[in-house]
Amino acid sequence: MTVRQMAALPRAAIVHAGSGAAGRPLVSLRSISKTFSNGTVALQNLDLDVRAGEFVSLLGPSGCGKSTALRLIAGLGEPSAGTIEWPGAARDAAGRPVREIAFVFQEPTLMPWATVFNNVWLPLRLKRRPKSAVRDDVMQALAMVGLESVADSYPRELSGGMKMRVSIARALITKPRLLLMDEPFAALDEITRFRLNDDLLRLWEQFGWTVVFVTHSVFESVYLSSRIVVMASRPGRVFCDLDVDAPHPRGESFRTSVAYNDYCRKASETLHDAMMPAASKP
Amino acid sequence: MNVAADNSQAQVAPAAPPAAPVIESADVAAPRESAGSRALRIVVPTGMLVLLLVIWQLYVTVAHVPHYILPSPTRIAQALWSDWPVLGASLLVTLKITFTALALALAGGVLLAIILVQSKWIELAFYPYAVILQVTPIVAIAPLILIYTPTTQVALLICAFLVAFFPVLSNTTQGLKSTDHNLLNLFELYGANRWQTLVLLKIPNALPYFLAGLRIAGGLSLIAAVVAEFAAGSAGAGSGLAFRLLESQYRLNIPRLFAALVLLSVTGVLIFVVTSLLSWLLLRKWHESAVRREN
Repeated sequence: MTVRQMAALPRAAIVHAGSGAAGRPLVSLRSISKTFSNGTVALQNLDLDVRAGEFVSLLGPSGCGKSTALRLIAGLGEPSAGTIEWPGAARDAAGRPVREIAFVFQEPTLMPWATVFNNVWLPLRLKRRPKSAVRDDVMQALAMVGLESVADSYPRELSGGMKMRVSIARALITKPRLLLMDEPFAALDEITRFRLNDDLLRLWEQFGWTVVFVTHSVFESVYLSSRIVVMASRPGRVFCDLDVDAPHPRGESFRTSVAYNDYCRKASETLHDAMMPAASKP
Repeated sequence: MNVAADNSQAQVAPAAPPAAPVIESADVAAPRESAGSRALRIVVPTGMLVLLLVIWQLYVTVAHVPHYILPSPTRIAQALWSDWPVLGASLLVTLKITFTALALALAGGVLLAIILVQSKWIELAFYPYAVILQVTPIVAIAPLILIYTPTTQVALLICAFLVAFFPVLSNTTQGLKSTDHNLLNLFELYGANRWQTLVLLKIPNALPYFLAGLRIAGGLSLIAAVVAEFAAGSAGAGSGLAFRLLESQYRLNIPRLFAALVLLSVTGVLIFVVTSLLSWLLLRKWHESAVRREN
């Protein structure tokens, strides 16, 4: 199945809210602080709302706690103080919210002993879904990232960009409500990164997920996001919220437009301010 | 920061590469080793062996070396043939000890490794004893084990087991513990339970380590089976090859001594070949150690 055929699926009918999303947030972080056991204060009093359909980038210098914030949303580790609420989420038997999330790490994080197919199957396999029952789903997820022809290959046979695509396919297979991405393309060359940016944006435009994307690249964040959350470090906190109101679909014309340039300059300046010593809210 | 400069770069960069994925350095696509060089890999070592044997034979014949000092290869082959009823029975005994010890070491080592990594406390409590058992020379424990066990065979088995057990345990433990943290996070995110994490993640991750341990343990269990028999001083019928070595020495039956040695080395080589082959078969698809490098 090709990507174009995918567009014809019912899921494509979901209208994504874009930057103008209203209503209650999908997840909201309230006065989150995180102190590590070695005494490092990674986050202090972080407030963040992510609304359904948004593409939010967390942009900041290294050490500003953007990855930590993402991991806390994912439930990897507990905040030292503050609460993370999932207003619309169902509850499990223990009363905890069921987070329908998927996570893409900076490294592809594939199991080297498993084929591409089996790597993508993993999240469903852990839910005890047999291989035969989900074969079509797995192949569909691989088709979304253009890799159905390498289903039987092993990760070591693939290039860096292809491994990252497999990682994204594995995230998509669970049809998550929230996709968390921790600098997923930082280790890739620029050509590959631009391609994956385009592919990710196209998939987001089609399926209307909610994405939280951690990056330290101003250009990547402006190109992808409907909202950029600029963070400052020591201690990690939200410095400023920037809306990127440019219309979708975005493509080459946006990347070379004056508007893109303006957004980049604004984001750069904000990031620069955030990195000044004793930065305060503008 | 120069926005404009980066922007212009952005303009030229994303020329879309062809959609068809290119498989880089795929194992299957690697050019096959030419038939000539493969033949050489067999011919060279075999030729060398034949050459050495011929030189040995010539030296013994020309220099008139008595067979009770250094028997010729043909004499050794003769001894192997004529003494086979005695040597074969002893070989069987040694093989039985070796492989039973190896099997027990594999089962015990893997099981204990899995138990050790379940909790820090279990590891703290038990690992030191595994180390103590390993670092104490078994020759030193053998007399004690002989006192406690009903038969010499059981004592030998315990000694060989103790020696082969540790590399399996330590390698497997290392492999289970060196699982990629991001993969562990991933499994946690997708709600994997302990059993799933063990079977789908930790055990496959530990496989190359375990196989390295297996190769060491395979050789060690044969060595231990022989050394323990020396130490135990077993004698008479139902004894292994170590006793035949000593017996031949006392009787100055040097051809038979060499024949017993040949049997031991062949056994050792076979164990090495089989464990290496097993390792290659299990890892050839994905592990760097089993995949040919290509530049």
